[in-house]
Amino acid sequence: MSNDIDRRGFLECMAWAGSGLVWVLSGGVLSSRDLAEAAETPSVGGDFSFVQISDTHIGFNGEANKNVLGSLQQAIDRVNALRPAPELVLHTGDLTHGQKPGAFDTLAEALKSVRVGRVFYVPGEHDVFADGGKEYLARYGRGTVGQGWQSFDYKGVHFVGLVNVLTFKAGGVGALGEDQLEWLEKDLDGLSTSTPIVVFTHIPLWAVYPQWGWTTQDGEQALGYLRRFGSVTVLNGHIHQIMQKVEGTISFHTARSTAFPQPAPGAAPSPGPLKVPVEQLGSMLGVREVAYVQGKSPLAVVDSTLGRQAT
Amino acid sequence: MRAGTRGHRLLLMGSVLLALVLIGAYASVAGPSDGGGAPQARVEIKDFAYQPATLTVRTGTTVTWINHDDELHTVTASAGRFASPGLEHDETFFQRFAEAGTYTYFCALHPRMTATIIVQ
Repeated sequence: MSNDIDRRGFLECMAWAGSGLVWVLSGGVLSSRDLAEAAETPSVGGDFSFVQISDTHIGFNGEANKNVLGSLQQAIDRVNALRPAPELVLHTGDLTHGQKPGAFDTLAEALKSVRVGRVFYVPGEHDVFADGGKEYLARYGRGTVGQGWQSFDYKGVHFVGLVNVLTFKAGGVGALGEDQLEWLEKDLDGLSTSTPIVVFTHIPLWAVYPQWGWTTQDGEQALGYLRRFGSVTVLNGHIHQIMQKVEGTISFHTARSTAFPQPAPGAAPSPGPLKVPVEQLGSMLGVREVAYVQGKSPLAVVDSTLGRQAT
Repeated sequence: MRAGTRGHRLLLMGSVLLALVLIGAYASVAGPSDGGGAPQARVEIKDFAYQPATLTVRTGTTVTWINHDDELHTVTASAGRFASPGLEHDETFFQRFAEAGTYTYFCALHPRMTATIIVQ
């Protein structure tokens, strides 16, 4: 896309963010569908629903998307069109692109228009690399423990937000660290195995593609604490594309970015921002919704069609 | 040590002036490849890698990194001796190595990117 876009080109760009994924947890079954489709066919039902957005990268100005704020706003509009309205938003990190000056403020301003009860955050490496998380924690650390770790119960679901981007070392990958793992173990202690668990964190807890750093070195230890539960849903960002895996009662889901796509593992020399034709970009950005219905059946995952075009 | 990015123009201008002064001081120890000025070397950042991964330079050399990727990268010393901010596409960072030693560094955003400067 060139820097100079006409009105038509701008409108095409604005259509990018129209597509996305909707997560529906109904009768104990988690499924996903296209967000645009969900907006057209409302009433997913359920006791409540929530939305995951990720990798908004406010401040990014590369060729892969010259208007990340516009695509975020389009995603927000989609979220606001959902009926019934989602009650929470989880942002799984990389709020900003490298802590650009003003980016946190810009994001906060944009998200004021999301009509949900509350937005929860975990940081991505882009939000903390320059200052070790100082600014992030000053803005979003309230109500968290340690370095931004958090858990809360909402209508029968136990949510856990983990931080795996604050201990980067040369040659390393994502890591939770001993203190956070100890906190997690205690946090889960005493919960009934029938409690549905939703874990949200930035870098995938499972080894998506270690060659590109798409894994958490001590993620397996965290998963060890989660295996006794009957329904565990792990939501990640970081890799800017949908991937899913089911392992026993744990289902793993990585999310699209609202800003720009990244290549499939090994499909390019590096995981840098993927430049695609404008008409394809809409199918590669998005958000997701989860609607929860209380139920005791094991969690199953139904994947939606990928690449559905926004209209 | 002095360091800067393209964004720090004043600092850069000041450094250039200082470097002009220093050329005379360092001319006697400058390496053969420096064309008679202060020793310079360059590392390219491309496809999430530093090229060359290991660079050997003489004491007093100023190394310049340039980021060719569309993603931000940093040049961050493992031992904390120097750290660049996030470098945008085509942005540069420079660092003068006044003391002999082995300096390993990595990208604070993509820590699997690692490389080494050997100063002799």
